[in-house]
Amino acid sequence: MRLESMTPMERTLAALSHKEPDRIPLFLLLTMHGAKELGLTIKDYFSESRHVVEGQIRLLEKYGHDCIYAFFYAPLEVEAWGAEVIYADDGPPNSGAPVVRKYGDIKSLNVPDVKHTPCLCKALDAIRMLKAKVGDTTPIIGVAMSPFSLPVMQMGFEPYLRLIYEESELFRRLTDVNIRFCVDWSNAQLKAGATAICYFDPVSSATIIPRELYLKTGFEIAGRTLSQIKGPTATHMASGRSLPILDDIVKTGTAAVAASRLEDLAAVKERCRNKISVLGNLNGVEMVRWTPSETEQAVKECIAKAGAGGGFILSDNHGEIPFQVTDDTLFAIGGAVRKWGVYPLDWIPADE
Amino acid sequence: MPGVESSIDQFESALLNVDRQAAKDILDEAVRIDPQEKIIERLIVRALDNIGKKWETGETALSQVYMSGVICEELIADFTETQSDSHLQSAPQIAIATFRDHHSLGKRIVLSVLVANGLKTMDYGQGVEAETLVRKVQADGIKILLISTLMLPSALHVPDVRRRLEQLGLDVKIIVGGAPFRFDEALWRRVGADAMGRTSSDAVEIVRQMLEDIK
Repeated sequence: MRLESMTPMERTLAALSHKEPDRIPLFLLLTMHGAKELGLTIKDYFSESRHVVEGQIRLLEKYGHDCIYAFFYAPLEVEAWGAEVIYADDGPPNSGAPVVRKYGDIKSLNVPDVKHTPCLCKALDAIRMLKAKVGDTTPIIGVAMSPFSLPVMQMGFEPYLRLIYEESELFRRLTDVNIRFCVDWSNAQLKAGATAICYFDPVSSATIIPRELYLKTGFEIAGRTLSQIKGPTATHMASGRSLPILDDIVKTGTAAVAASRLEDLAAVKERCRNKISVLGNLNGVEMVRWTPSETEQAVKECIAKAGAGGGFILSDNHGEIPFQVTDDTLFAIGGAVRKWGVYPLDWIPADE
Repeated sequence: MPGVESSIDQFESALLNVDRQAAKDILDEAVRIDPQEKIIERLIVRALDNIGKKWETGETALSQVYMSGVICEELIADFTETQSDSHLQSAPQIAIATFRDHHSLGKRIVLSVLVANGLKTMDYGQGVEAETLVRKVQADGIKILLISTLMLPSALHVPDVRRRLEQLGLDVKIIVGGAPFRFDEALWRRVGADAMGRTSSDAVEIVRQMLEDIK
């Protein structure tokens, strides 16, 4: 096995430039595992910036992967709008009662001030401290929910779907305030030291809405939002399908897209080749029960399908590795990348 | 039988386009042509079944599945005002819950299709914990329990439901569904469920088979 010659940042930037780095970059998108490292409950872990900083640094050193994941938990943003967060001992926090309880509430929504909202300041502090520790050696990934997907937590999935179809004026109003928030929040993270923003937009996925509706909603919103974010973005459908709208996603100005486990990674890579990079698509749910050999096989399969030519970062398909995934499996993923992900990938048959 | 059969594609198309009026017009016309036809089973259920199956193959989106269910619920409510509700079985032996999670879209879709198929089902809501769920099942004499989950940790708590049911000596069939089970085909067995449904159509078929077995 050859020695690695690049820093995680150099490796990642090379891949995003559609070149082959020394090996495939590995993004272990770990959030709650930091709590295990520190011996804290998930709630206690996320209660202070310094916990997350320490957790992320320990995970980086332990697994030798290629990013810092500055993501706290999905409901962080609706917490900023006044929603309750429900913590669990064995999984990610959930959003509680919605802040938009009836459609009329949308008219009086005010965009939270990112610089003066405690939960957001906590996350920004963590990014600043992480940046001070890793400098430019390792990419720090910030996270923002898309203005089109955030309402699922702001008001609940069912009322939101009906809003999209039946209340166009209120939908536009909600979109406008959410775009302002998403831009402010993303740019604050970049200013604090994040290298890029992962733009989570599961509602835009072909799993959730048809392409015709996407073009009128999530696509248009992504275009308006990403153009105002002062740094690179990666669009993540959180396990949702992207193939039917990949050409549209490319036009939104994003630098990368995450592939779902529900679709063929090779097909996604082919459509994105030399346009945008691809992240994915290890099955995070199955990962909980993988044996070492199954882990190696899964990594090898992803690399074979999408590794050639750069433009590929190996990660899970959901954007958050489940708390139940063991250290052994995470070590095995890293080991398999170092075994099979070193360029040139001359072990892959030419017809793959 | 030309009347209803020829309307299914049009009805399905109206639902996918979330066109309530067109769907209602097609339904009304089908009833006018043949008032004796079992319109709910022949038109509504089949269209919902097609739409649900197409979601599994990526041909339709969840928003269309959901809105189709909403429209059909409204149409059935209007239709049954003037008809008997004999399409519903009398004694509910079936219940559904969103287990521990708080997003209930999947449960809502399955519930819509079960009811459209005449399978009266109790709705235990969302965010339901194992203890509450089992207490309700016992109180209501439920024989088939559908458990919907969104998050993996919730799915991994299904064995707790099974254990509590067994402790009380309750013979209840558990059907699970939701994202974790779609991403790991082996998970439903690992958590001690009796079956897993990938779509609402699956749920109907499994429930019907279980009801036959229970007889």
